[in-house]
Parts: sequence; C-alpha cells; structure tokens
Amino acid sequence: MAAAVVVKNLRKSYGSSIAVQDVSFEVQAGEIFGLLGPNGAGKTTTIRCLCTLTKPDGGELEVAGVSVLKDPRSARSKLGYIAQEVALDKVLTGRELLNLQAAIYHLPKAIANQRIEFLTSILGLTEYINKKTGGYSGGLKRRLDLAAGLLHQPEVLILDEPTVGLDIESRVVVWDFLRQLKSTGTTILLTSHYLEEVDALADRVGIIDAGKVIATGTPSELKDRLGGERITLRIREFTTSAEADSTKDLLMKLPFVQDAIINANQGNSLNLVVQASDDALSKVQATLKSAGLPVFGIAQSRPSLDDVYLAATGKTLMDAEMATAGSRDLKAEKKQSMKN
Amino acid sequence: MTISTSPKTIADWQPRTDRLPQTSAFSDFVQETLGLTTRLFIQLKRRPSTLVAGIVQPLMWLLLFGALFQNIPKDLFGTDYGHFLGAGVIVFTAFVGALNAGLPVMFDREFGFLNRLLVAPLASRYSIVAASAIYIIALTLLQVVAIVGLSALLGAGLPGFGGAAIILLVVLLLVVGVTALSLGLTFALPGHIELIAVIFVANLPLLFASTALAPLSFMPTWLQTIACLNPLSYAIEPIRYLYTNPQWQWSSVILHAPWADVSFGTALLVLTGFAVVSLVIIQPLLRRRLA
Repeated sequence: MAAAVVVKNLRKSYGSSIAVQDVSFEVQAGEIFGLLGPNGAGKTTTIRCLCTLTKPDGGELEVAGVSVLKDPRSARSKLGYIAQEVALDKVLTGRELLNLQAAIYHLPKAIANQRIEFLTSILGLTEYINKKTGGYSGGLKRRLDLAAGLLHQPEVLILDEPTVGLDIESRVVVWDFLRQLKSTGTTILLTSHYLEEVDALADRVGIIDAGKVIATGTPSELKDRLGGERITLRIREFTTSAEADSTKDLLMKLPFVQDAIINANQGNSLNLVVQASDDALSKVQATLKSAGLPVFGIAQSRPSLDDVYLAATGKTLMDAEMATAGSRDLKAEKKQSMKN
Repeated sequence: MTISTSPKTIADWQPRTDRLPQTSAFSDFVQETLGLTTRLFIQLKRRPSTLVAGIVQPLMWLLLFGALFQNIPKDLFGTDYGHFLGAGVIVFTAFVGALNAGLPVMFDREFGFLNRLLVAPLASRYSIVAASAIYIIALTLLQVVAIVGLSALLGAGLPGFGGAAIILLVVLLLVVGVTALSLGLTFALPGHIELIAVIFVANLPLLFASTALAPLSFMPTWLQTIACLNPLSYAIEPIRYLYTNPQWQWSSVILHAPWADVSFGTALLVLTGFAVVSLVIIQPLLRRRLA
C-alpha cells in the first residue's frame, strides 16, 4: 500500500526552543494513524508543518504523493485540516461558513450544496445549520468543523486533538464518524494525548516525546513488543524512594518478574513487568507480606499504550502532561509560532 | 463528463477531488474573493453599528470641525472652511477605513480562523486583500454619499457626473493602496496590539501632514515637503479641485509642491503608482510560511 503521508526527518525550532527534533513516520493510504504524546511533545508543530501553516527548518513532507514543500498548493487541495481549537465566525450560520469553505476550495455551487446537505445530515447538524455558530455547543462546533474540513473530499484528513474538551457523548459521535470515514478510503492522521482515543481509533500509532518519534506500530504490536503483563503496586500512598528501591530489589528476585520501573511522580509506585500467569499477583502479595511490607494498592493488567510510553521514557503520559503543564508558556509559544 | 454528486450514505463519500470540473486560476480567484467578501457583508448586515458609526463620524467631522473656522475671512480658503474641508473628510474617511482593514484579518489570525484560509488551495492570497478592499470601498462609498449629501446641504454644491466618477476612482485607488499596506502589516506584525499601535501612530500625523485641514500655503516649507510626499494629499487635492472646478482639465495645476507643480492628471498617476507599489511590496509578506 502506498504511503498517503510521509514525514521524514522533520525539524522545527521556535527561537531557542526545539519543537520538533527529528520526526519521521508514514501513514498508509486508508488507515487511521494516531500520533500520541503529551502536550508539548511536538504533535501540533508536526501537523502545522504538514498543513503548510509552518515552514519547517528541515525534512521532507508528502501528502497523497505531493511534496508539501515543493508544491504546497497542490498538497493543500489533497488535505483537510481540523485544528485543535475550533475557529468559527460566530456571526455566520453553519451553512454560511460551509459556503465560504466551498468558495475557498473552488467547489461549483451545485456540488457544494449537495455535499453540504449530505454532511449536515450525516453529522446530525440539519437542525442547527441555519443558526449562527455563536450559539453552538462545543460538540456542534466540532462537528461543523469536521464538515468544513471534509467539504472538498480530501484524500487525507488531518485532525489535531479532535476530541479535546468534548463531553463523552460528543467524543463517541466523533469517533464513530471517523471510523465510518475510514471505511470510505479516506486516510486519517490524528494527534491525541488521550490514550483511549488512540487505542480505540488508530490502526497504527506513533508515540512522540520531546520532538522525537520513539515507537511506531499497531497498538497491539507495541503492547506485545513489551510482552508480559503489568502489575502496578503502591506499598504506601507515598513511599520513600529508599523503600521503593529495596522493594524493587526484593521483587526482582522473583523468577517471573522481568523488569520493575519506579514511578517517582506517582508516589514512588512500582510498575512490574511480569510473565503472563494466573498466580503472579498472589505471589507478589505473598512476598510483600513475608517481608512485612504493607500494600496500599495493587492491580494486574495487560500492557497499555501508557506502558509503552512508560517503558520508553520512564514516565507515564499523565506525568509528562503534568510536567509540561507547569513549564510551558503557551502565550509565548503562540506568539513565536505566529512569527514563523 | 458526468459528475456523480448525490451521496446518500457515508459509503458514497469517496475522495475524488480529481473529478471536479477544471477551473482557471482567474475563476478560482474570483470565487474565493466573492466568498470572502460575502462573509464581510454578512458581518456588516448583522452588526449594523459599524455602518451607523462609520456614517455618523465623518458627518460629525464635517459639521463640528467645519464650523470651527466658520467666521474666518472667506478669501483665506477661497471658499468657506466647511466647503474646503469636505474633500479632506472624504479622503480621511476612506483612509481610516482602509487602514483598519487589517484588524479583522488580524483577529482572524489570532483566533485561528485565518488558518482556514491558509490551508486552503487559494489561487492567490491577494484574494484576502481584494475582499477587504471591495468591502472597504463599498463602505466608503456609502460614507462618501452621506458626506457629499451633507456638504451639498451646507451649500458646497454637487460634483458633476464625470467629477463623481473621478472621486470614485480616487477613493478606489487610495483604498486599494492603504488596504494592501494594512494587510501587509497584519501578516508582518505579531498581534493586534502592535497593529493597533501602528494604526494609532499613522492615523492623525498623516492627517495633519496633508492638505486635508489646511492648504499647503499655510504650512512651513518642511511640512509642505512632508505633505507633498503624503499620498493623502494626492487624493484630497483632485477631489477639492473637482468640487470647485466643474470644467476640470487634466493639465490644471492643483498642488504647488516645493519641487514642482503637480497637475490633476499627475496627481492621479501618483495615486495609481502608490496603489501598485503597495500591492507589490506586500507580496513577500503574504507569501510568508508556504504560499
């Protein structure tokens, strides 16, 4: 199958801050590819470069066989872009916005009207389409934005955090729609910092951290690659690092424990990688009991994408989120990106 | 070629941009410009306060500022001051409208709406300039009609048909030039605070350093020089000349610049040059990112 999106050695800095260090991945035609990573990992910059909104410092970009850097106008006609923040003109009605969208994609009036009718009905917007978008809920805005991005029937739909800030119901509507859209042959590239979103939607995943892709594959491939099962253990609500270290040494002696990672951000909890077995959990509990250690919480699970991220970076996605949330200056980043 | 465009289920939704009829770059440009212009007029219709304020403000200028020198000796301005001021108010109204044209685009940029346009395969980003210019020209025409109407009521008379056409041409050239510069700044500056600062700084000095409020002969030589480098003077003087000379001629001298006399025809050429140069110099700014 041909690659519908190619990103090769992409680099982009804003002043002294490196947004994307070296990002490479390919999206095959007709698949949903999820770019997963915490906020600030470089997802949006990658997307902005692909959509011709930001000029990269280096690298190659292709959409539907067209070089984004050499022939941006042709690339634009092949891609649909749904930004993270839905930007609508609140004075316009939904239909007026879609008419404008049709005009800037040069659709003949008759075709535009038919597509608008189709998209509004399939996205459940018929009742609202003649109302001003200023009164729309978050879910309605997102659905109208989807209709706008799809009006020119792009070969590749690129969505930046498509369900951020949406309630569960709207999120499910968007997910279902994207699955249906995939069945029509449209290639979908989405970014997300929601594990469950990528797990539920994506055929393949690229995990991005600090401006680099650290793993690529199908969700099950990535999880299987890690192997075994996971036991998440908290001895106390807040365990000291010395006690966590000694517990780690103790449990590593068990023959079925393959690895143990101390998660300092979660009160020094222990994430054990164990061989799949029915009695691993009870054996760990028994070992702790005989060493006189308490158990605050313990759970066994199949590896998740978060474990993939944890294994590669030593922190969970949520911890990475918390760390960047405190250190990012979003205003400065926005200003910087407007200059570039 | 028949185009099947009646999808009934999601299964009919196929990426098929290649099956659309071929269009020329020019028709694409016209279509996108019309789409963008329509948006601006819908905004105006739903927020009529912009229009009301835009018409009331120049009329206030004409009434209040015009009355300020009511009792000044008539031979000083060749006519009474209210009549003298009319051309200045017309041009300044068009200028301010065009100078502010970048603001809504800047807000679009800040709120992300402009990205919608920048990721679209626009035939040219000049369609954004064209749409703003068409909108400002239409708005200015309504304002000019109100100003000319009030001036007539105040006794300034009405320009002839040819004169009115040239007033329209002058307004058009000025608006195109200034709108282009304003949008160039919109793409170049980091945000609306900076754009407003530039508009603030440019606004009144350009008015004072023109022949809008007083004739060139009132000014010291250094200010005369600045006023004769100011494109606004090349818009004001032709309109003033048309108002006072129903039998106008291209060769009539309308401005005594310190370095040469400027004829009516030359003033219009200067204004045309200003519009063309403005359009050309903003090209690299519109092409920023990946045009």
